[in-house]
Amino acid sequence: MSDALDRIHRQVMWERLIAVVEEQAQTLMRAAMSPIVRESGDLSAGVFDLRGRMMAQAVTGTPGHINTMAASVRHFLDRFPAGTMAPGDIYLTNDPWLGSGHLNDFVLVKPCFLDGVPVGLNACTSHLADVGGRGFGPDAADIHEEGLYIPPIALVDRGAIDETLMTLLRANGRTPAQNEGDVYALIACCEVGEERLAEMMREFRLESLEGLATYIVDTSRDATLARIRDWPRGVWRNEMTIDGYDFEIRIAATMTIDDDRLAIDYAGSSGRSRYGINCPPAYAQAYTVFGVKCVVAPDIPNNAGALEPFVVTAPEGAIMNARKPAPVAMRHIVGQLLPDAVFGCLHRARPGSVPAEGTGVLWDLSLRGGFGHLQGGDRTPFAVELVHNGGAGGRPASDGLDATAYPSGVMGSQVEMTESTAPLIVWRRELRPDSGGAGRHRGGHGQIIEISSSEGAPFQLAAALDRIAFPARGRAGGRDGAPGVARLSGGKPMNGKGEQDIPPGDRLWIETPGGGGYGDPAERDPAAIEADLRGGLVTADAAARDYGPRPEAPRPDGRASPRR
Amino acid sequence: MARLAVDIGGTFTDIALELDDGRLETSKVPTTPRAPERGVMRGVALALRRAGVGPAGVSSVIHGTTLATNALIERKGAVTALVCTEGFRDTLRLAYENRYDQYDIWLDKPEPLVPRRLTFPVAERVDAAGGVLRPLDEDAVAPVAVALRSEGVEAVAVGLLHAYANPDHERRVRDLLLAEAPDLHVTLSSEVCPEVREYERLTTAACNAYVQPLMARYLAALDGELQAAGIGGPMLLMTSAGGVCSLETALRFPVRLVESGPSGGAILAASVAAERGEARVLSYDMGGTTAKICLIDDAEPQTARSFEIARAARFVKGSGLPVRIPVIEMIEIGAGGGSIARLDRLGRVAVGPDSAGAEPGPACYGRGGADPTVTDADLVLGRLDADDFADGRMTLDVDAARAAVAREVADGLGLDVVEGAAGISEMIDETMANAARVHAVERGKDLRARAMIAFGGAGPLHACRMAEKLRIPRVVIPNSPGVGSAVGFLRAAIAYEAVRSRYMTLASFDAEAANAVFARLAAEARAVVRQGAPSAPLDERRSCFMRYRGQGHEIEVPVGGGALDRGERDRLRAAYDDEYARLFSRGVPGMDIEILGWKLVVAARPSGPNGRPGGGDGHDPAPAARRDAVDPRTGAVAAVPVYRRAAMAAGARFAGPCVVTEGQTTTVVTEGFAGRIDGFGHIVLERRGEAAR
Repeated sequence: MSDALDRIHRQVMWERLIAVVEEQAQTLMRAAMSPIVRESGDLSAGVFDLRGRMMAQAVTGTPGHINTMAASVRHFLDRFPAGTMAPGDIYLTNDPWLGSGHLNDFVLVKPCFLDGVPVGLNACTSHLADVGGRGFGPDAADIHEEGLYIPPIALVDRGAIDETLMTLLRANGRTPAQNEGDVYALIACCEVGEERLAEMMREFRLESLEGLATYIVDTSRDATLARIRDWPRGVWRNEMTIDGYDFEIRIAATMTIDDDRLAIDYAGSSGRSRYGINCPPAYAQAYTVFGVKCVVAPDIPNNAGALEPFVVTAPEGAIMNARKPAPVAMRHIVGQLLPDAVFGCLHRARPGSVPAEGTGVLWDLSLRGGFGHLQGGDRTPFAVELVHNGGAGGRPASDGLDATAYPSGVMGSQVEMTESTAPLIVWRRELRPDSGGAGRHRGGHGQIIEISSSEGAPFQLAAALDRIAFPARGRAGGRDGAPGVARLSGGKPMNGKGEQDIPPGDRLWIETPGGGGYGDPAERDPAAIEADLRGGLVTADAAARDYGPRPEAPRPDGRASPRR
Repeated sequence: MARLAVDIGGTFTDIALELDDGRLETSKVPTTPRAPERGVMRGVALALRRAGVGPAGVSSVIHGTTLATNALIERKGAVTALVCTEGFRDTLRLAYENRYDQYDIWLDKPEPLVPRRLTFPVAERVDAAGGVLRPLDEDAVAPVAVALRSEGVEAVAVGLLHAYANPDHERRVRDLLLAEAPDLHVTLSSEVCPEVREYERLTTAACNAYVQPLMARYLAALDGELQAAGIGGPMLLMTSAGGVCSLETALRFPVRLVESGPSGGAILAASVAAERGEARVLSYDMGGTTAKICLIDDAEPQTARSFEIARAARFVKGSGLPVRIPVIEMIEIGAGGGSIARLDRLGRVAVGPDSAGAEPGPACYGRGGADPTVTDADLVLGRLDADDFADGRMTLDVDAARAAVAREVADGLGLDVVEGAAGISEMIDETMANAARVHAVERGKDLRARAMIAFGGAGPLHACRMAEKLRIPRVVIPNSPGVGSAVGFLRAAIAYEAVRSRYMTLASFDAEAANAVFARLAAEARAVVRQGAPSAPLDERRSCFMRYRGQGHEIEVPVGGGALDRGERDRLRAAYDDEYARLFSRGVPGMDIEILGWKLVVAARPSGPNGRPGGGDGHDPAPAARRDAVDPRTGAVAAVPVYRRAAMAAGARFAGPCVVTEGQTTTVVTEGFAGRIDGFGHIVLERRGEAAR
């Protein structure tokens, strides 16, 4: 029975590795200081064999780490071969081109030793709140203006932490205590991973991860290829325009589906911006693969084998292949819109396989006030990030989700918490009627948010918003979603990007975009139109315009209902 | 006088009757979903008859039910409305603005309990400090009452922004509504959940309102039936926090009754831990559909202040409705005897979370179920006796189990049927062990130094292998493991937990304000407990919820008794640093600390457990039979001894591999464990040195 038992144990160990990375992620999430890590899970953790093959990765709040981590471990191994690593070593970088796309993301790698012999690697990533420079915004001219830059180096040498590095780290950010806490959280995460991995190998009397890694990688690659082969072979193109900062950005995607791979190339896309919305290639690859994987192979766990058949390329200098020293702090603006770009290709390959375009990018309101941010500083200083979203795209068989994050998975802010910690009053946060694009299945609605100072003071929006000029487009005959709006309540329009002030007495007025509709509005189920009318999410005027006059809907009592 | 406990589950209603001499009588009858009180009365009559006790001999009834939970899962509650602050009509629908499954772009989120058309904004606004920014527009409230009536609304939740800081507007809205519509059930968010974070508070209020009319009708009916049967003692209700409360409190806050069955199980484990002096315990309750795991330190189960009800995707975190109520914290895993096994699309053995349930049930039940389940695997592996299952009332079909395992699992992997069954068993045990590990890490706890207390119909079957995987040295199978929750009800204290948000930074610690909050909480909690325990001595415990400024989640830190003064600030800082360092290995010096909320628990302790003789001389009973069984870790097949639990007295010893059988379950002792019966009658299994690896 021992061969059969071995085969069962391989499967059991795969499950265990997925639990190990989940344990690592939970350790990090609990111990992290940075709010976006604690509340939204902007982190990742993975287990690798000595060849740098990713065997398992935690599914967390943001897909931006998906294969950036797989690539960065190989960068570490190039510089620090496994044979040179000692027990207790931990390596660190925040290089956006080797790690996760901007300086805030710290990547740590720790070798795992079993009875004095290196057997694998544990890695983790999380987002630190502030790394100095111009702060978290798109306005830096190059990477060096964006903050502290740490190439791959040893953070811990045989158990001894590099105090010089920690001193520099504390001195180069606005939140020194938090940053220090976050680095210790990352260290704890690596240590948990090493301990659990070694424990598993002892339980199953394993001396090397090679065989297990080969089984996981081969099984996942084969399963992914089987899914890809389920699709028609061919070449499909899609183009999408988004607002950008200094110019409108064209995203041109060409998808090639072969027997042995699914490739996406971004030739024909806009070049790099002078602002920090550029996207390093690993990050563009992460979001592209995430989008494709959601449609093609959502249930196959992430590892080197599952990712291998997806190939992402872009010409050098394209905005999704921006090279050092381009500024990249807000690389998520372009990155988060890439799934919509590839959905367009998938739709052409197989109509009915993807949703309409959605808001995509987070509507993250970065608000600041008081001394250090604005002049006239006897007011309470504060800096908060309010995370909000617009509507998602309508789907072939159901409406788009209202005010829901995609592709990101972060959680939205609550008004009472915002008002408890910052001198702000949120006067309104509710859905935005008529903003979801009409269709057989309409797009999800955006929301309206109105905010003032509670002290009659000025405050500042560091905007990084998109889909204001170019809305989410409908698909298969569905209409476009409503574009986003950023303005003062007094009426003055604001830009989607950059630092802007809200003067005393006025309020910030935000309308997040709606998702595109799917399918011909004429085919929409009258009961669904009626339900939207009754809830007030679609107004009678808009319904008449988009769906035309309808037969009287019967009321539950059987009598005809008057139009509202 | 006897004490009666009633646990209504989805499939069975369990009754436990405890007599003055400590004797326990139990019964198990099918649940009658349409009128649950009928099944209860049948089971009660059975237990009374077995015990030879008349209805007048029952001093009190402790009741737990899944009725509120089921109403929320099946959306069978009242037509419910919400009155909210103008500008915030969609708080319930906006929720967290996220998807519960990262890769699923087709998912739908749970519909809010209150439709948008029944959400009524009123002009008013309170700020975070409780100050009024905009007075309540009272004239707008009466028309709402009229609209509620015309829409057939039975229950209404009032959820205004920052009402935890200043409940005046909510109370005024209630008075105005009741003046127009006196029959309405009204829930105020500031009463059911006076805590900051509007989405959770409003969801909690909406859930409470949604189940209130139904629970009021049901509890009145049951109370009537019990009275009519001559059972006159007071009825107490089991809460999700593991305490019991009066009928009055249950009618006000029915949302606190969800998950009472599982919390009864945790209370049972805690009482066994106290009896045996086990300081660190993992409670493991595996039934037909799910397994529940709870960590218990110093005989106190871990608690939490939020719970997710009615998950749209079973067991997927974030797919349900978050309610902020005091709960015993446990993780529920889709792993039970009925969990279905199959090969996934990667050719791997996958088990659960879908379950064959009781109908059609596992293939071996012979009721038309064709899917192989964990119970089928257990049967194929020789752990269950086909001719003696469920008190001997059922005969299991081994051939059907083998055929199902072969067809759906073993054949596809090129394994024989026993190997396939071993694979199913290994995989479900691994799934549960992994969930336990991740849960422990989430709570900053270690599992390895713990004792496992295992019960539920399937728990004792899988406990030893779980313990091996988790490197747990000792497993305890308590008495009556098949009706663990009902027995646990008998061990619960009459208790109430009151929580209130009142923000302050530690730097500006306001002892006077803290004292005022605690005084209100104490008055509220004592009044509630006194309804169920008019004269018993009361214990009070106080704590507050602290965090580093801006961090996502709070840590509970104990607060001493008596009036607080400024000196409390330094004590709290030290206590917070200690607790933080314990959870996360180090503190963060120099960070500001803030206090978000305050908690007070009042409990009337029941008179202590009956003293029982300990020990018993060691002796080695003869097995009742031998049976072929497979060790899934080694694959070895051996004829193992079978012991009957009822035939073994305190001090009896036995060594694995063996099985111990009793009416409603079987304990599988793997090779790595040696067992004995302790002075309380519990089975205690100890791991034997390195063999346990």
